[in-house]
Amino acid sequence: MKAIISFELYKIFRRPRTYIAFGAIAALIIVIQFGLKVDGQSYAAFLMKDINDTLTVDGKVLNGYLICYILLQLLLVHVPLLVALIAADMISGEANLGTLRLLFSTPFTRTQWVLGKFVAASIYTIVLLIWLAFLALFVSMWVFGTDDLFLMKSNYVVLIQQNDVLWRYVGAFVFASFALLTVTSLGFLMSSIANNSIGPIVGTMSAIVFFTILSTLNIPLFSVIKPYLFTTHMNNWKEFFDIQVNDNNEAITGSILNVAKIKTSLMVLSIHIVLFVATAVYITKKKDILS
Amino acid sequence: MSVIQVNNVSKHFGALKAVNGLSFEVQAGQVFGFLGQNGSGKSTTIRMLLSLIHPTSGSIEIFGHSIQSNRNKVLEEIGAIIERPDLYPYLSAREHLQLFSKLRSKKITSSSIEDTLIKVGLQDRAKDKVQTFSLGMKQRLGIGIALLHNPSLIILDEPTNGLDPQGISDIRNLIQHLAKEEGKTVLVSSHILSEIEQMASHILILHKGKKLADGPIQTLLDPNKMIVHITTTNDAQALQVILAGSFSNYLLKRAEGIYLSIPHFEIPLLNQFLINAGVGLINVESRNSLEDYFLQLTSNTN
Amino acid sequence: MRYKLIVIFSLMFYATASFSQVDPLIEKVSKKLALVNDYVGEGVMKTDVSFIKASLGKVKVYFKKPNLLKVKKDGGISLLPKGGVSLTINTLLNTKQYSTIPSGTQVLNGKTLTVLKLIPTDDNLDWVIATLWIDPVEALVYKTATTTKENGSYEITMQYGAYANYGLASKIIFSFNTKDYKLPNGITLEFGDDDAAAKQKALKNKKGTVEITFNNYIINKGVSNSMF
Repeated sequence: MKAIISFELYKIFRRPRTYIAFGAIAALIIVIQFGLKVDGQSYAAFLMKDINDTLTVDGKVLNGYLICYILLQLLLVHVPLLVALIAADMISGEANLGTLRLLFSTPFTRTQWVLGKFVAASIYTIVLLIWLAFLALFVSMWVFGTDDLFLMKSNYVVLIQQNDVLWRYVGAFVFASFALLTVTSLGFLMSSIANNSIGPIVGTMSAIVFFTILSTLNIPLFSVIKPYLFTTHMNNWKEFFDIQVNDNNEAITGSILNVAKIKTSLMVLSIHIVLFVATAVYITKKKDILS
Repeated sequence: MSVIQVNNVSKHFGALKAVNGLSFEVQAGQVFGFLGQNGSGKSTTIRMLLSLIHPTSGSIEIFGHSIQSNRNKVLEEIGAIIERPDLYPYLSAREHLQLFSKLRSKKITSSSIEDTLIKVGLQDRAKDKVQTFSLGMKQRLGIGIALLHNPSLIILDEPTNGLDPQGISDIRNLIQHLAKEEGKTVLVSSHILSEIEQMASHILILHKGKKLADGPIQTLLDPNKMIVHITTTNDAQALQVILAGSFSNYLLKRAEGIYLSIPHFEIPLLNQFLINAGVGLINVESRNSLEDYFLQLTSNTN
Repeated sequence: MRYKLIVIFSLMFYATASFSQVDPLIEKVSKKLALVNDYVGEGVMKTDVSFIKASLGKVKVYFKKPNLLKVKKDGGISLLPKGGVSLTINTLLNTKQYSTIPSGTQVLNGKTLTVLKLIPTDDNLDWVIATLWIDPVEALVYKTATTTKENGSYEITMQYGAYANYGLASKIIFSFNTKDYKLPNGITLEFGDDDAAAKQKALKNKKGTVEITFNNYIINKGVSNSMF
């Protein structure tokens, strides 16, 4: 198994395609950071229009923590598509290339191969996420400095003290890794079905887009199925940045408003991961390698 | 000792019976030629030997172990290339060997990787990415991967595909070397029948998923029964008189030319028969080869 | 007619005279405040606005005569009522550009307080009218209500403790009206959040307060102008 993982990782990181995602993330983040560095104050003023009518906000609102939150909001919608580029190609790409028969005639079971490949794809996903975290969080902290996180949500504002922020990002990134691993496992499932590269990649991307639309539409008909869609839960990393208040309306430092929501989402995502991977193993075990 | 034992194996893809009740045995040290036209089921059989395809029925034993239940143990001792030499275009020849060496429980040293590169003649292109390789070079690298872990059984599906004459000769010599000098068992399939004839000690002829014949090559190619290709002054008339006469039993169905499978002592009688019918015999070409034997068997079945 | 005009002018003169006259109670309060040239007050700030979730934060309040005032959160972002903070009792009274109108007494938290209205005499000042609730015995202002030109109305309630001798409160509560807060989902990217409507309902209270509880004052030790 260890041999398969190192074999697969070697291939992943020798493929030019792998670095498209790293490059795309770096480009997006740098462009957004540049834009906010140059003209961030007017963006912040736009966001705080309603607040500024009543209150004077004193401090570094546009700090690294807020920039990271903005970046994650924007990117965690798109990163799954970049993950799909690699994950959905892990089995079908080899089938298309013809190398799958070379792999499956080595002294490892297909279950070992699928799981090994999944672990390798998961490592890639997590490395991509670490890259994202490094650029979005640490580079932003370096470029924009740090202060309290002044988070403007749709209906209210959350002010989180700066010493209470970093652990939330750790939590958010761990949560995001579950969300992205769900995408990885979906890509895997698609990859186990097809014998070409493009189909599963497009299939995975389409499924994400399709389910995301269902998750975001507030139509009662879809509300019934929403709780079961992985896309509904993928964005719940944001829950780490909502805080409890006591009876005096004082925010409780170190608290999370809805821990149960995070737990439920993690459970739903984990179930999806297990189901997708198990199905991929089953399909791969059963299928004849004809390519 | 029996290295491969295939017992009444069938593989059906829906209504298509790709392999139908196939049984054969390959003994240790043999170079076993696997013959068959495209779609005859030889690649399907080879894939079943490597557990890439699950048989619909029947059993396969390799080294005395069932491939289904002892897959990993069996595959540890097999080196194979299947059809095309499909490799990773973004990796070099050496990287391929280094990578695949990780997948073997045997310790494969970097010097044995270099030896393999020399064995398949890629030592000068070891650093180059496979995407710059010709088909022949890819084929040689594929063989290199198959030989890397020094397996006892080597399965080569169409190994001379895309090779130039020198390359074909090199592979032939390599296979013979592996069998004679290193005592390996080699199962080799090829559409170039003359290649098999020169390499194999035993052959199996597969047609439409069924075995037509198998055994030692010397036994199958009966020297007393020659296949002749005759050229006459009037082939159309000659064909007519042969079909009408006692030599019709010897006639082989071919798209072009007149071929007969005929005992060598009856050739003068055939000559006399044609002269009597007013057809002059220009040339009699004896072709007691595997190709003719193969074509004879398959044409009879057709 | 002539008699009537004399009476009207006399009344007008009397009214003007009483407007411009600085109330002795204000004098007394101002005298107390005059003891403080500058201070740095250390305390804890609580922001209680319906649409804001903020935790308690340590703050420092810097003041320098005549009317320089700055609230700084100890390393963090502070939310203060717009324009309201600068209108503390010190800054109001130190301008000296106002007239007072006595408006009787009122009982507040068991204390009988004298109510005075202040009307600025300088058009450049930001505020339009201010009402002060003053304890005539202690010469301490317990409450002010200020209407500003641009930033609405504010109420400031004060409680006194150890620093009452300097007229410095131990607790200041700024009360103000808040406006609606809403950002489009397209900007916050919070799609499909069904809980949002419920949260919005719960946060419908339109009154906001900012509370600063002081635990220490450093008085007359000098404050640099760069702090403001």
